[in-house]
Amino acid sequence: MKQQNQEPIFDFRDVRVTFDTPDGTVEAVRGVDMHINAGETVAVVGESGSGKSQIMMASMGLLAANGSVSGSVTYRGQELIGLARSKLNKIRGAKITMIFQEPMTSLDPLYTVERQICEPIRVHGGLSASAARKRALELLKLVHIPDPERRMKSYPHEMSGGQRQRVMIAMALANDPDLLIADEPTTALDVTIQAEILGLLAELQKKLGMAILFITHDLGIVEAFADRVYVMQKGRVVETGETADIFQRAQKDYTKMLLAAEPEGHKPPVGDDQPILLDARDVCVTFSIKGGLLSGPGYEIKAVQNVGLTLRAGQTIGIVGESGSGKSTLGRALLQLLPSEGRVVYQGTSIQGFDRAAMRPFRRNLQMVFQDPYGSLSPRMTVGEIITEGLLVHEPGLSGRERDKRAIEALKEVGLDPSMRNRFPHEFSGGQRQRIAIARAVILKPTVIVLDEPTSALDRSVQKQIITLLRRIQKSHNLSFIFISHDLAVVKALSDYAIVMRSGKVVEEGPTGEVFDNPQSDYTKDLMEAAFNLREVLSRQAAARV
Amino acid sequence: MLGYAVRRLLGAIPTLFLIITFAFFLMRVAPGGPFDRERTLEAKVLENLNRVFHLDKPVWEQYFYYLGNLARGDLGPSFIYRDFSVQQLLGNGLPVSIQLGGLALLVALLIGCLLGTVAALRQNSWVDYSVIAVATFGITVPNFVVAPLLSLIFGVWFSLLPAGGWNSPESLVLPVITLALPQVAIIARLIRGSTIEALRSDHVRTARAYGLPTRMIVVVHALRAACLPVISYLGPAAAALLTGSVVVETIFGLPGIGRYFVQGALNRDYTLVMGTVIIIAVFVVIFNLIVDLLYAALDPRVRYD
Repeated sequence: MKQQNQEPIFDFRDVRVTFDTPDGTVEAVRGVDMHINAGETVAVVGESGSGKSQIMMASMGLLAANGSVSGSVTYRGQELIGLARSKLNKIRGAKITMIFQEPMTSLDPLYTVERQICEPIRVHGGLSASAARKRALELLKLVHIPDPERRMKSYPHEMSGGQRQRVMIAMALANDPDLLIADEPTTALDVTIQAEILGLLAELQKKLGMAILFITHDLGIVEAFADRVYVMQKGRVVETGETADIFQRAQKDYTKMLLAAEPEGHKPPVGDDQPILLDARDVCVTFSIKGGLLSGPGYEIKAVQNVGLTLRAGQTIGIVGESGSGKSTLGRALLQLLPSEGRVVYQGTSIQGFDRAAMRPFRRNLQMVFQDPYGSLSPRMTVGEIITEGLLVHEPGLSGRERDKRAIEALKEVGLDPSMRNRFPHEFSGGQRQRIAIARAVILKPTVIVLDEPTSALDRSVQKQIITLLRRIQKSHNLSFIFISHDLAVVKALSDYAIVMRSGKVVEEGPTGEVFDNPQSDYTKDLMEAAFNLREVLSRQAAARV
Repeated sequence: MLGYAVRRLLGAIPTLFLIITFAFFLMRVAPGGPFDRERTLEAKVLENLNRVFHLDKPVWEQYFYYLGNLARGDLGPSFIYRDFSVQQLLGNGLPVSIQLGGLALLVALLIGCLLGTVAALRQNSWVDYSVIAVATFGITVPNFVVAPLLSLIFGVWFSLLPAGGWNSPESLVLPVITLALPQVAIIARLIRGSTIEALRSDHVRTARAYGLPTRMIVVVHALRAACLPVISYLGPAAAALLTGSVVVETIFGLPGIGRYFVQGALNRDYTLVMGTVIIIAVFVVIFNLIVDLLYAALDPRVRYD
């Protein structure tokens, strides 16, 4: 992908972005210099809050109303900051185009794909309706949307995330741009879809020759995809250079930290002599969509089909799968949080079909931690109240002082300052909130914790700390985990047994080392390749096209 | 779509049945009867009247008698307006009420949407603040205060418009304003909120990023999304206009069904009140159906089949 053309087309000089908030002025970008040459692929990498997206929004005049920008951004010598909107509108959408992270919401849900692709074509190219339609169809073919004629008439909600992102790419290419700014375009997608979209972008770049500015937090993508990298931290560029140089000879600590933030380590398997805590056989979950007089006939969705697992003391079973694979549903079914069929035995007692009251004595032993550290903590309770709430149910005899003591212990255990227990969840960062959620589970001294994507909303470096924490508490309490995640790297690091699910069924299972290093099924192979060997996958895709 | 509409209308039958039943017995629980006057009638006359109107039978028998007539499309005779059937009275009143309510709804939609959009586009400016102030005024001041006030100012002091009565098209101006005012306010606030939200949405950001002209972004991408909550509100709005017209028609002396409703209730004119209740209920049901169909037409994510 290397391009020898050294003509800069997009140039940032001392760009600063600030936001006026009720708490005062916040500096999101603090003096950034950056340039992109024609035909080049540049990645801007950084964790959340580094300002990597805001700098692009500012350059395209898309800042929120309370944001302001200073400095200089030029496109082929023309200053964009302060440019009249009518003139800016000649450039954005035509010469510089963008695709966004949220393929679900970035398209207007009320209009067909055809209408949305045609709009920029007609506005910028001045094409007639029928010529624009023809062009739109060409573009859909270019981005390999199956059955493009029919898809033209589709609405966004009728398409998958990957297809919507293809539609966005088609829109972006409509007017033959010089530069495509891609703001985390694959973050919301499954790994196999991510590999397809990245492959598509690489193919189109080769065909059409535009430059790509890729904003991401994922270093795996940077390595596989970019010629040059800017590393951003807290609104500044801390390091820049050729991708290979950065990956082999990073100078700055922050870059080294990012590079080392990939989860690492393995968990040795537990022996067969360890007692079985949870034994599940033939678990099935079926969602029935009820029919009725007003809604027509009903139908059924088989979310989980005949899945079984055996969890021993101290063991971590990783359940991996892409969205819609039924992995979270399985986790909930095991804890009897939703109706299921099959057989679930916890330490010799069949808990299958237990209702809320019957499950109550088991709840303290079978805890759960959820993905969303924002939504799963009640915003109107203090952290102390949140983590001791379970004690009120399970140890009602405990005095207030005793509960407080337990809260202090639990917070210390998860690495939080106990003096913060009177604060509210919104005062904590995502990683801290996840620690609070873990403290809430650990305080009850459970034997099994089901962790449903506990690290997915976090930056890699924070993720690593949570993984270390989970390892530590597992060891000190001999806990068993069921770890549900779409993130294969995390599962590989944490679990000793892995189950791969797809469409509600188990595709493959076995000791983690075997499943990850020597996958048997084609699906697992694809998954592993897309997650761990993206560069290989992309170059194979490229080779296949030649 | 057609199947859905038919199913919805069939589904409304039990609702209407419950409303009719409830209204029927509620009326009978209220003390007094249609023939109780300040000057008591002779016992013989009263007895005859009661027999003619089946009021001498037990209440449940009267109920089934009424349902039987209703099933044949007969709303019965008015107890007070002796020479008229309820059908005739409502037939005279309905065109007045429909004109009043329809115009008020139209005015409310036009002005409400206009004000709300302008406020959203000029968020936190003096225009925005004035719209919110007017809207708050419109919602808080009840129509039985607005009506006499307008009547006094424009009808009596300036003599610009008729203060009441039903003689010319101008007679409708003040009642329509009175009836529309709170709806203007509610719709303006709804549109303002939803437009602001739509302008901040990801797909509007996409439209901006693709250099579409502002007018196109606002009209095509923001306003259509912003209309959806207003469409949902049209159901309750129609109900509010119908009940609001009860007060407005009485104050301005318009011969619509709202006035019959008030007079009927005061006079214990059982059949007339029942007829009005049924008409209003049917209107609300039909309007809600129209709203749902309209919503589906505007939002492709909603489909009925």
